[in-house]
Amino acid sequence: MGPTAAAAIRTDELTRTYSRPRSRQWWGRRRSAQPPSPAEFVALDRVSLEVQPGELFGLLGPNGAGKTTLIKILTTLLAPTSGRAFVDGLDVVTQADQIRPRINMVSGGESSGYGILNVRENLWLFARIYGVPTSVAHERIDRMLEVVGLTEKARSRISHLSTGQRQKMNFCRGFITDPKILFLDEPTLGLDVTSARAIRGFVREWVREKPGRTLLLTTHYMAEADELCDRVAIIDRGQVLACDAPAALKRRVQKYPLYALSLAPGADGWSGLGQLPGVHQSTVTTTPTTVELKVSLREEPAIGAVVQAVVNAGGHILSLQKVEPTLEDVFIELVGHGLNGVDESNR
Amino acid sequence: MTPPSSLGLFLAAAVARTYPRLAWLFRSRSWLVQETVLPVLAVATFAYAYRSMNAPAAYTGFVVLGAAMTTFWLNVLWGMAAQLYWERDSGNLEHYVMSPAPLMGVLTGMALGGMTTTLVRATAITVTGVVLFDVPLNPTSWWALLGVFLLTLAALYGLGMMFASLFLLWGREAWHLVNLLQEPIYLLSGTNFPVAIFPRAVALVASVIPLTLGMDAMRQVLFRAEGLLPVGVEVLGLAGLAAVFLVAARLCLRYLENRAKREGRLTVRWQ
Repeated sequence: MGPTAAAAIRTDELTRTYSRPRSRQWWGRRRSAQPPSPAEFVALDRVSLEVQPGELFGLLGPNGAGKTTLIKILTTLLAPTSGRAFVDGLDVVTQADQIRPRINMVSGGESSGYGILNVRENLWLFARIYGVPTSVAHERIDRMLEVVGLTEKARSRISHLSTGQRQKMNFCRGFITDPKILFLDEPTLGLDVTSARAIRGFVREWVREKPGRTLLLTTHYMAEADELCDRVAIIDRGQVLACDAPAALKRRVQKYPLYALSLAPGADGWSGLGQLPGVHQSTVTTTPTTVELKVSLREEPAIGAVVQAVVNAGGHILSLQKVEPTLEDVFIELVGHGLNGVDESNR
Repeated sequence: MTPPSSLGLFLAAAVARTYPRLAWLFRSRSWLVQETVLPVLAVATFAYAYRSMNAPAAYTGFVVLGAAMTTFWLNVLWGMAAQLYWERDSGNLEHYVMSPAPLMGVLTGMALGGMTTTLVRATAITVTGVVLFDVPLNPTSWWALLGVFLLTLAALYGLGMMFASLFLLWGREAWHLVNLLQEPIYLLSGTNFPVAIFPRAVALVASVIPLTLGMDAMRQVLFRAEGLLPVGVEVLGLAGLAAVFLVAARLCLRYLENRAKREGRLTVRWQ
């Protein structure tokens, strides 16, 4: 199947396996009593995705899910075992040389650069290997350093930078070549809250600034993906489990609208709420200062009847809000555990 | 912005990658002691040994030239051959591979940077050695000397560029190989003595090492000494070695990139 002309990124049944190193043997006997592990490890398992130009696309998954492997293939650093991948309509295997001027990548926690050079010199070096003229490179470097708040460190050797400052420099490196398609692999890893927010703001602005710019982001931070991405793919053990807009994904896990009511203590008798027409379920939690009611509804207009019933029963409503599921809820629903890899059901 | 031509990208990458080496030369002072004073001490050992034996004065010159050229050889081994391996470990290699710049441009930059910085060290060793030990310089032609020197560098760094690819492929094994080869190569290349004293067959085998032919030719030109082969033949040999090594480096690099992409070795092995 050929590439779709409109897609910025497309993968068809993309698979990547790695051979495991063989354990050493002595006279034909394995040293370890453990049973042998499979000869191959499947990092990506028939992944099919399509990212449109101008889209800010997120990949969410735990460590070892295959996110970085996918990015390495799309950035022409790794060959797929089977399947095909296209970036800007070009095949990552046979047309890698044509893809490279159009892309760039930033990985969280990377240690690239030369410690003997300062921030500006390092960024200049990486701009030059993309053929960016020196004067243009310096203009872009100034702009990017200002965005990440690193202007004062422009003349500091990178061996003297903190981890967060180094990460900011790496972030700048990805943008100074003005790529058409940018891959950000955990770009805010290790950054403080303020810097991470500034970077998220810039990323959003960068994609909208020029039509056709596309950004593929991987992140551990669910809120980051929720805030930034037009669409998100949830990936685990090399397989894409779901791919949709964050709001649509969240709707999938919430079968019934959920409302939370906070009541002043004193009144009682909320068990009957579950029997009201249109109400699916209700739960009550009493705290020293409030009574928390959670009501899930079969039909959303039933919230009026619920409020009426509470008031009639002498309840004093302090607050009422609709509870939206988070991407984390979606993730747990699909993967069966949180991003830390612990099975929620075992807790 | 007009996209740069292939040659433009090659040159931009070469200049950019030369820059960190030059910066190191000016910003790091430790090399002054480690790589100038210490080699001069080694030269002194052989110089006094030759004097005590009443050897021709040119022999002291052989040692000084040997010490100067050895700095290039060490740079080729440790600075050049190990460079891609180091670039991978530091996370730079993936950016070079992912960029539109040809890897040969990056390697050329490494070689140019290495040559330039080592030239400064070699010059310091030569000048100190010549002044301290009163080495008689009597070249047939300074231009011939310069030509042979540049050709030797081309062959040496061509070999370094080829090694750079192989080292990346072999990983840690390559380091053991370098350690294993270091002393035999000092011996076979005639660092501290004229290689013509070897049996002819051994000397010819040793000529595969660019350092052997280069030093022998330079000694013939600079001290009008007897050599292994006529200078013209050695120049042709050096040119041949340079061409072979550069072509081999290019082929190795292409092979390495494809294999590393298949095996996932361009970044971290298990990534």
